[in-house]
Amino acid sequence: MRRQLLLKDINVPGIQSYDVYRRQGGYTAVEKALHEMTPEQITEEVKMSGLRGRGGAGFPTGLKWTFIDRKSGKPVYLVCNADESEPGTFKDRYLLEHIPHLLIEGMILSSYAIGAHTAYIYMRGEFRWIFPILERAIEEARAAGFLGQNILGSGFSLDIHVHPGGGAYICGEETALLESLEGKRGNPRLKPPYFPAVMGLYHCPTLVNNVETLATVPTIVTMGGAEYARIGVGKSTGTKLISASGHIKKPGVYEIELGLPVEEFIYSDEYCGGIWKGRKLKAVVAGGSSVPILPADLILKTAKGEPRLMTYESLAEGGFQTGTMLGSGGFIVMDETTCIVRNLWNFSRFYHHESCGQCSPCREGTGWMEKVLHRIEHGEGRMHDIDLLDDVAKKIEGKTICPLGDAAAWPVSSAIRHFREDFEYHIRYPEKVKNPKHFEIEPLTPQRHLATA
Amino acid sequence: MAKITIDGIEAEVPDGTTILNAARQIGGPIVPPAMCYYTSLKESGGKCRVCLVRVAQASARDPRPLPKLVASCSTPVQDGMIVENITSSDVLEARKGVVEFLLINHPLDCPICDQAGECDLQDLSYAHGLAATRYEEERRTFEPIDIGEKIKLHMTRCILCYRCTYVADQLTEERKHGVLNRGDRAEIGTYIRQAIDNDFSGNMIDVCPVGALTDRTFRFKSRVWFTRPLDAHRSCSKCCGKVVLWTKGEEVLRVTGRKDKYGEVHEFICNECRFEHKNLADWVVEGPRHIDRHSVISQNHYEKINLVALKNDVERQIRFQKGKTNGSSPNALTA
Repeated sequence: MRRQLLLKDINVPGIQSYDVYRRQGGYTAVEKALHEMTPEQITEEVKMSGLRGRGGAGFPTGLKWTFIDRKSGKPVYLVCNADESEPGTFKDRYLLEHIPHLLIEGMILSSYAIGAHTAYIYMRGEFRWIFPILERAIEEARAAGFLGQNILGSGFSLDIHVHPGGGAYICGEETALLESLEGKRGNPRLKPPYFPAVMGLYHCPTLVNNVETLATVPTIVTMGGAEYARIGVGKSTGTKLISASGHIKKPGVYEIELGLPVEEFIYSDEYCGGIWKGRKLKAVVAGGSSVPILPADLILKTAKGEPRLMTYESLAEGGFQTGTMLGSGGFIVMDETTCIVRNLWNFSRFYHHESCGQCSPCREGTGWMEKVLHRIEHGEGRMHDIDLLDDVAKKIEGKTICPLGDAAAWPVSSAIRHFREDFEYHIRYPEKVKNPKHFEIEPLTPQRHLATA
Repeated sequence: MAKITIDGIEAEVPDGTTILNAARQIGGPIVPPAMCYYTSLKESGGKCRVCLVRVAQASARDPRPLPKLVASCSTPVQDGMIVENITSSDVLEARKGVVEFLLINHPLDCPICDQAGECDLQDLSYAHGLAATRYEEERRTFEPIDIGEKIKLHMTRCILCYRCTYVADQLTEERKHGVLNRGDRAEIGTYIRQAIDNDFSGNMIDVCPVGALTDRTFRFKSRVWFTRPLDAHRSCSKCCGKVVLWTKGEEVLRVTGRKDKYGEVHEFICNECRFEHKNLADWVVEGPRHIDRHSVISQNHYEKINLVALKNDVERQIRFQKGKTNGSSPNALTA
């Protein structure tokens, strides 16, 4: 069952270097594409593969490529979004660090498909040590003739530049990323009018794709879109990297075929290996910190009682009432001793810190939520604070320029929806909660979490 | 041309007009408020979120509603678009939320603020705010700083509309003014506290919707509603020279640009006109400045009623009511 496409060579010693990567069959997709395929054919293969953006939104990649305005006469840019900073997500870092040539190969193919001659990798500022790895990989690829002028005699030229960011979460939002790349303050742009496909980097048509999305393109070109689409379930095709963390026996980056049951992913020895210390599962954040948190019963089975699968659709089943999102694949597992309030305060602190401050609801609301959560966490909350939090989250959600507001609001709304008793416990027993490990000392009496509309 | 319906009132506007400007062409109570959008400053808008409206029908070709509320100041109209502003409870609820957000870190020091009486945030909170606050945490504070000799920055009052940074960017030659830091710690900064000595820097005071940037030469001189505003002009080699003099007796307390009814200056004035000519003899006075009735400054400033304008206002109200009660007999309303 377990099929690996991205990570199949990850354990080959020296796969970071060009020679080993090439010996494993690397860059054959570029040779195939440049010699035998037209850009339209590549786009067609990607469309057929059903590949969806791996950065979090899950937008169909092939469709996104067709939005690029190629008639404007302006240069087209490809930008790789390597500003991976979502708490709980570390899959891109793994790819960049261990198999950088896969990304470069994907970027060459994608650039060829959309007609870009300059491509940028916008890398998260904290990934300082990956910078030389990428630079070296690009140099190696250039020396081997896969980058630069007239690649493989096809007449296609491409240069890739690595740009380390300053370490802001908001620069992972595609338009803020472009602002930052242009050397400005990383504030998200307004959409409309700044749709990157038409008015992106330097006001030119720009394609922004996630690292994992681009790294999947070589596989699709090699095996064909139709073959790729046979992996997975329904509209969730192919494999996906999942960053599993939290209270599990084997945390790490796993490549799964979409459609794997969540239960199998958590409990099978092939993947997470079950909950550590023999404890029980309490909650899962399935797609990075910004997606709604789900209690154990709702993550394993949907509200209708069907087993939940690791797919875009199955995880979203039930909407925000009883569902969540696959997001970027940051799978955070929490055992029964976890205090949801403390966890949420931590998330909120992050969003408060990372809000760019451009639009009012997010700038003021994230700080407000964090302060209220800080009070509740430290035993100074009151009952009406819970409803206040919920209301503040509602006033942020959907009112902001970029999705950071939503990302800050969803965890709060969902935690209150599913774990209200955790909050009430905090308010009722201010003395007990002074110890952050209070649920380890005195577990919360388990109650059935009913999905209430 | 695009046909657009806002709160039941139809209008035809040129393609590319934003929803906000289309609403302003219609006028009246259906115009969304705007705290950050400024017509004469490029790129402004989209930030404060008080102008959010609901698009019930995206266009004639695509009759679906837009999934989220949109910023009316930056969203262009489409032919056949149907917009709900004050007829949508979602919009009013969202606006209330945004006003609350704008006020949680605001010091509410109106009694000692020079902007009081002509402050957009005051107007907005009277119209949409709550009577009490739900915010109990500590407010974010900054020390007031002088930017240049003539301008005072009270960062505590700032709502980060970015208008003044666009003035610095677009009107003055050398940009020394931007936003530092992030989130609710973001602040308007003059890089390394450099003074802004530039011929048009004073316009930052006029574009500021709150009391964050105030005129140091007018500081604590008078409440604005005790002054008498006069339209005046002089011939100036740098700017249009058209100003409003805020006077008390024979004394000119303050000089500002001329704001329209949405609080926007269209013809910016230079610092010389603003700061150096505080003498009535330097100016050709045109007459008393018209102040809108809703403003506290208009008290005791009696004006002859403009019957034509009044008639237009009443007619517009009728049209609006008709739009709301779509389908009822028009004769009943006009009778």
